[in-house]
Amino acid sequence: VASALLYDRLQFAITASFHYLFPQLTMGLALLLVYLKSRALQTGDEHYHRVARFWTTIFALSFGFGVVTGIPLEFQFGTNWAKFSNFAGGVIGQTLAMEGVFAFFLESSFLGILLYGEGRFSPRTQWFASLMLFLGSWLSGYFILATNAWMQHPVAYTVAADGRLFVNSLAGLLANPWLFWQFAHNMTAAVVTGSFVMAAVGAFYILSGVHSDYGRTFVRTGVVAGAISSALMIFPTGDGNAKQVFEHQPIKGAAFEGLFRTQRGADLFLVGQPNMETLTIDNPILVPSALSILLYTNRYAEVKGLDAFPRKDWPDNLPLLYYSYHIMAGLGTIFVGVMGLAALWLWLGRLFIANWLLWLLLLSAPFPYIATTAGWMTAELGRQPWLVYGLQRTAEGASPLVHSGNALFTLLGFLGLYLLLGILFLFLFAETIRHGPVGRSTGHAA
Amino acid sequence: VETFWYGVITLTLGIYVVLDGLDFGVGIVYLFVTRSEQERLVALGAIKPVWSGYEVLLVASGGLLFFAFPRAYAAGFSGFYLALIIVLWLLIARGLALEVRSHVDHLLWRQFWDVVFFGASTLLAVVFGAALGNLIRGVPLNSDGYFFVALWTDFMTGPEPGILDWYTVLMGIASVGILAFHGANYLVMKTEDEVRTRASCVSTVTGFAAVGLVVLVLGAIHFVQPSFQLNYAAHPVGYLFPFVGLASLAAAIRFRRRGKEAAAFSASSLFILAMLVSTAWGSYPNVLIATTDPANSLTITNAVAGEYGMQVALWWFLIGLVLFCAYQIYAHRLFRGKVRLMPESIPPE
Repeated sequence: VASALLYDRLQFAITASFHYLFPQLTMGLALLLVYLKSRALQTGDEHYHRVARFWTTIFALSFGFGVVTGIPLEFQFGTNWAKFSNFAGGVIGQTLAMEGVFAFFLESSFLGILLYGEGRFSPRTQWFASLMLFLGSWLSGYFILATNAWMQHPVAYTVAADGRLFVNSLAGLLANPWLFWQFAHNMTAAVVTGSFVMAAVGAFYILSGVHSDYGRTFVRTGVVAGAISSALMIFPTGDGNAKQVFEHQPIKGAAFEGLFRTQRGADLFLVGQPNMETLTIDNPILVPSALSILLYTNRYAEVKGLDAFPRKDWPDNLPLLYYSYHIMAGLGTIFVGVMGLAALWLWLGRLFIANWLLWLLLLSAPFPYIATTAGWMTAELGRQPWLVYGLQRTAEGASPLVHSGNALFTLLGFLGLYLLLGILFLFLFAETIRHGPVGRSTGHAA
Repeated sequence: VETFWYGVITLTLGIYVVLDGLDFGVGIVYLFVTRSEQERLVALGAIKPVWSGYEVLLVASGGLLFFAFPRAYAAGFSGFYLALIIVLWLLIARGLALEVRSHVDHLLWRQFWDVVFFGASTLLAVVFGAALGNLIRGVPLNSDGYFFVALWTDFMTGPEPGILDWYTVLMGIASVGILAFHGANYLVMKTEDEVRTRASCVSTVTGFAAVGLVVLVLGAIHFVQPSFQLNYAAHPVGYLFPFVGLASLAAAIRFRRRGKEAAAFSASSLFILAMLVSTAWGSYPNVLIATTDPANSLTITNAVAGEYGMQVALWWFLIGLVLFCAYQIYAHRLFRGKVRLMPESIPPE
């Protein structure tokens, strides 16, 4: 059963990480699509209609992959985490059911209108549909994050006689204080991904000399949105998140910063590897006292290290957590640099002739995906050893009768299937880009 | 209030089966009613704008079961582990087939996804039918409220059955027949010319097959789960549901013969819904029936979540229901009538 737990964890981690590659693009693009549709409505220019139509096609592709990879996550709560579902279903069932009833439904409905309704509807209705699509996809993110926020920071529950948890305030659950910064940080990250992808496709068109006029619109939109959202990632949303982690989950904070010992004037490690034998950071490059300053704006403030907590409550894979966090934070900083530079060149009117910078934008596209995945690994690995923070340990949540062989079999099946899905998505994405933003979207029968 | 949610989940699932069932049905008959690329685009065009909206209902039903009866969700999903993961893989394959087929204009690419669409739809119909069979027959719940069933054992019902036994296999076959009938009726309603003629033939054949299979399945319940009769004996008004179901099936066959396409499709929808409600009527108050010891059964009272959650959910559920109905009516007006291809979506020959 011990190995079944490992496979259960890996299966959820892999299927969730893979799934999230798609919604982060759709949620980011949803906001940019509202902007593009507004421009189209305002100017009445066919150029913007085509731009919007092109990104709707990409949106739909990513949404479709998001739907088919999303259903396995809801199922896995029951299939692999039966004891967790039984324990916590009375609370998180609410938010998951609401997501299904409201958000997912809103999204798929209005996407249908955007995709198949052109020609049957006025541009104003189309614009409204894009607004509803945005609302639906962000609402979907909200309900899912409300579920995760509750697992990070359980609120609004009562314990029944048999030990199960039931919700006692829907408002409390939906307005979990943890949720504010988590939602802001996560959705801003989605906009970063959407912006980088849009800018990269634009850079590709300009560099290859096809559809250059569309390419310029893509790059302009992507760079402006990307510069703003990348900056917001660090401050205030990243800062707010880090502070709430140190306030409510100090072990997670100490673990991802690599702070083994409680310190006054705690140092900030930029580079270095956690050594689990000596419980120190090997070959560190650090900024003295910076962690205390960032968290408490006080050079001498004390930050609790891992030594302040019993070892059984430490996250069980500390180096992975530490690396995830540092990759996320490092990439986030680099994004501000890349997008800041591009925005400056755009403002100077030199971006569209600066081939090196366009190449940089093109090659940057995969990195927001790596950063968001690393960010989620930080949040989830850092929650360990808890499934519901402080209430249920991960080891107590798995299905009791699902044997490790079954779990391994399905894990391998998912790996193979998702490899195929990934190849297929990239192929179709490339086909859409090759086809370009000309004419109507490819042969949909309706 | 538990009974209310039991009813809501039954109806949500029922509507899901009616609506996504027509997608499965189209998938089952797809290869038989279309020959040319243009005909295939017409058949696919009849479901493409709506299918993902229908699949939302599966997610919604799952979510509702999770929130209302978390213990039953936990036991059921972990117990049917292999079958459910296979369902997931099939749902992925079918969704992909529908979405990616038209992206590439190559004969082999399209033929490949056509077969995937047919195969995944047919297998999903079998698995969903077998799943319903499992709920009727019951599962070997232990005293902790969990179970795990193999895909099959000796194909006999009894205290230690597999997911597939003679009864659930029969249910799977019945499900394929019924959904093929339902999907064919939908295509008759949504298409013209050759596709319509062929769908009409398929509807005739599968209609009579459906009658035979339903009679077999109903007869077999007596041997598999005699306890179903208790509710019907206690509340004979329940007999209304199977009666309405069978009458609708007969009506669907008649309407179709007289060329009343929309009426035939509505009747086959009502037939499916009524049969599912009949099942729930017989099963109540059990959510999962134990084959081991009736005391281990998960019922709406011992599997239910907290009182407050059930109450507060009424509010948001009603709002969601209104939104859902409004959109469905809107979408049906939008996509009503026969499918006609826009000139630019017809591939160059």
